[in-house]
Amino acid sequence: MDTSLLPILLGLAVLLPLGSFWVILLAGNRLGKQAATVAVGAIVGAGVLSFWSLAIWLVHYYPTESGHGTEHHDGGLEHGHSDSDGHSPEPHALRSGHAPARAAADGVSGPDTLTADLTQLVSLATDDAHGVAGPSPAEPTDGESAPQEARGPPFAGDYYTLGLFGRMRLTIGYYIDTLTVLMFCMVTLIASCIHFYAIGYMHEELHDVTDHEVTLSSGRHLTRPGRFHRFFQYLSLFCFSMLGLVLAGNIAMVFVFWELVGICSYFLIGFYIERKSATNAANKAFIVNRVGDFGMIIGLMALWTGLGTFSFGSVDANSNGTIEADEQGMFELVRPGPDHHYRVPLGMALAESRKEVATLVQSWNAEAARSGKRLDKEELHQRLARHAEQAGWLEPQGDKAPRGYWWLIIGGVGIFCGCVGKSAQFPLHVWLPDAMEGPTPVSALVHSATMVAAGVYLVGRFYPMFTPEVLWVIAVVGCITLFMAATIAITATDIKRVLAYSTISQLGYMMLSLGVGGWAAGLMHLVTHAFFKSLLFMCSGSVIHAVHTNDMMEMGGLRKKMPYTAYTMLVGCLAIAGVSIPFVVGFSGYYSKDRILEQAFVFMQQNHSVWGALFFYAALGGAAITAFYMFRLWFLTFAGKPRNQHRYDHAHESPKVMYVPLIILAVFATGVAWKPFSWLPGSGLHLAALLEQARPAGVHGDLTGYWTRLVWPDEHFAHAPEQFYSVVVPVTLLATGTALSGISLAAVMYLWGWLSPGDVRRRFPRVYAFLWNKWYFDELYGFLFVRPTLGVARLVALFDRRWIDWVVDGCASLTRAFANAWEKIVDRGVVDGLANLFAGWVWSIGVWFHRLETGRLRQYVLYLIVGFLALFVLVSLFWSTTLAGGP
Amino acid sequence: MAGLLATITVSHYLAVGAFFFVTGVLCMATKRNALGVLMGIELVLNGANLNFIAFGSQYLREETLGLDGQLIALFVIILAAAEAAVALAIALSFYNAHSTIDVDQGDELKG
Repeated sequence: MDTSLLPILLGLAVLLPLGSFWVILLAGNRLGKQAATVAVGAIVGAGVLSFWSLAIWLVHYYPTESGHGTEHHDGGLEHGHSDSDGHSPEPHALRSGHAPARAAADGVSGPDTLTADLTQLVSLATDDAHGVAGPSPAEPTDGESAPQEARGPPFAGDYYTLGLFGRMRLTIGYYIDTLTVLMFCMVTLIASCIHFYAIGYMHEELHDVTDHEVTLSSGRHLTRPGRFHRFFQYLSLFCFSMLGLVLAGNIAMVFVFWELVGICSYFLIGFYIERKSATNAANKAFIVNRVGDFGMIIGLMALWTGLGTFSFGSVDANSNGTIEADEQGMFELVRPGPDHHYRVPLGMALAESRKEVATLVQSWNAEAARSGKRLDKEELHQRLARHAEQAGWLEPQGDKAPRGYWWLIIGGVGIFCGCVGKSAQFPLHVWLPDAMEGPTPVSALVHSATMVAAGVYLVGRFYPMFTPEVLWVIAVVGCITLFMAATIAITATDIKRVLAYSTISQLGYMMLSLGVGGWAAGLMHLVTHAFFKSLLFMCSGSVIHAVHTNDMMEMGGLRKKMPYTAYTMLVGCLAIAGVSIPFVVGFSGYYSKDRILEQAFVFMQQNHSVWGALFFYAALGGAAITAFYMFRLWFLTFAGKPRNQHRYDHAHESPKVMYVPLIILAVFATGVAWKPFSWLPGSGLHLAALLEQARPAGVHGDLTGYWTRLVWPDEHFAHAPEQFYSVVVPVTLLATGTALSGISLAAVMYLWGWLSPGDVRRRFPRVYAFLWNKWYFDELYGFLFVRPTLGVARLVALFDRRWIDWVVDGCASLTRAFANAWEKIVDRGVVDGLANLFAGWVWSIGVWFHRLETGRLRQYVLYLIVGFLALFVLVSLFWSTTLAGGP
Repeated sequence: MAGLLATITVSHYLAVGAFFFVTGVLCMATKRNALGVLMGIELVLNGANLNFIAFGSQYLREETLGLDGQLIALFVIILAAAEAAVALAIALSFYNAHSTIDVDQGDELKG
């Protein structure tokens, strides 16, 4: 149970779904229903490995209560950070050997509020972890001076080196911290539920399927063989890609898995490939993501130019126990120890002062040449580094940013562009609602645990690299997204589209949170949202399975027919609305959303700027709208009277294999953010505390940029006890108030019918049309991009046909003419002529000889004699002793 | 007269052999009767035989062919016998077809 097992366990967890993919791919249709067994086995196995890893992690780095604590936001680790930044071990702590000493020093200075037995456990755990690094000079020995927090270092390393290109090391590496482990547990748990659910949902695909949405030219519906095995094959590949992305230890690997996730979503959205709408949606998702990935590639190039590495953490590649300059990861380069403050890396500063560098190098080279020496690359680099230090290139000049700062901004915004595409943020959100064309289990997977989570995860993982300016961009994008998507969801009548816009909106929340400095809050919302959103999607799938339509206007009253689905979905709605008994207990969404709102609130308080207010009130308004449209969905679907009696009569509860996963997910959606062992003294085990362990070194503490004067407050500020009444209480009450008002408005309109939705629609026709048409985004993009592209394409096609075809055709006819001439002259004339000539000769010789053939026997004898004599004469004339073999 | 008393050498045999040979060849070339042609063939073969015998005789030459000469001659005789049998059969058949054994009448194979 050593932490060195973690990379192996998690690596295996990644490979299991890949194995399942290959098995199903190779075995194909022959597997039949067993395809599901293979895929489920793989993902459950991966889940077991993930939770095993979590257990190992908890044994070694158990999060502890730090002593202070508000009623509900009592993450164990917040307090200690406000006074010093030094708590966070460097990424290579396990190998470098000096981290234990620092941890011990922390332990001495840290406030001690622990009970003895737990301290023992913690110190044991730290002992064990440090054991890897060898003996430590100042290990805490008594319980009194144990570390105030047990915080795991990130484990960074390489499985395999693919290649070395100059300074660039291309590896298959890993970067493991609690974020990784939690993502593994979340992804595998949800994916397992979805796999089980899909067995029920996709059972029709086991036999030939008649697709009622595809009409052939003969007027009949398409009948095709079922694709049960293919579905599970793609699911496995999807899980593999997502897990690989989470485990990836460098940005190049992230990019590879990033694209794999993209292609898997493409496969799955276009699963009903015969439907035009499905293929269009798949193409749209893929192309829109390409736009984002283009930015991501630019970001990657900027980062590599400036940093010369793709690796997140520092990896001791030559295993000599120390981290050398070329082994440092990006995080280390941008936020070097011990204080982990932002610093523009030398490479970026040099890249910006290229002209000066060129003159300097020239003069040094000339100088060296005069004394008959040659400067090698290493020497030059060192001199440049010294020069940069002395000339103050790395320091901010007054108000101006240090050199190379904008390289960091380009890198950050570029990476964020990729995340905008994957996580469906404004302005690239348009693919996600269309992605509803895929089967519902896919929607659940895409919208909770995999595809869209990837973007938010990457922003979280990449967080130390983001400058305040980039954070501002992230916050603005998140803010626009969350508000826009929430408003669109109000008018949607397709049950899955409501959920799709809800997903976009919630992703906007996460981005906003990350953008205003709420690292743990945003990622916590990622996890809680994954549970309740997959639950909601699977419930909607269950409903669609029962009534065979997506239109909520044809549902109603289904509560009685399908109680499991109805009440688990109610749990999901309550969770996403963030309902709670304030300060006592609430659904998981309550904890994460409140944290986001608190951070936005603090951001607003500390910046007297329009942005702060915008962020906070958009988030608050978004919360109210979320509650409204989610309960609108629930009331329209399950409450009231059936609006389509025929569909109602045919509705039925889904099979057990479908609703049991719903119940499991409902349990997690309710309690994933709770503190499970709060009765244990000192135990600080809960989601937020675990995430807090993974907080990148140096990202807490107030931040301000050079190009923006906003201040990014420390996330822990909001949770300090002295802020309880000034931040937590007002925000919690506001959030609960907005959620309840949203729910009651929904009830007024759709449950009790006191206010007719039709009246509201007629009162505000413009607003309704605006929302119904999704803010005209598709039309806008159609006008801005699609139509110009098509126009240009038409022009190019014209040019192609007119000119290029002309040239090509000309070449072709030239070649033909030449070939004809060649055939006539050379082939027919020379080649055939020669052959015919010889044949003619042989013929005439034959004709001449046949005159000898007289048929007269005696004449033949004469020939014999003449021939014999001729031979005799010839031999006599040319005879020589040498010819006969004589001397 | 001295020539007649000279020792008999290979050359004498060769001269007789050549005489037979030439006679045989002329016979083959001039006779129209198929049997005459056959006789000419026998003469040619025997002229050649005479040469073999002469070269094979150890009394006449130091570098003799030895028994090989005699054996080849024996083979030729056997061959001649076989050939005579076949040729006579051809002649009979020829006669059946043409009511004559004048070989000049059998020029149907003219090219």
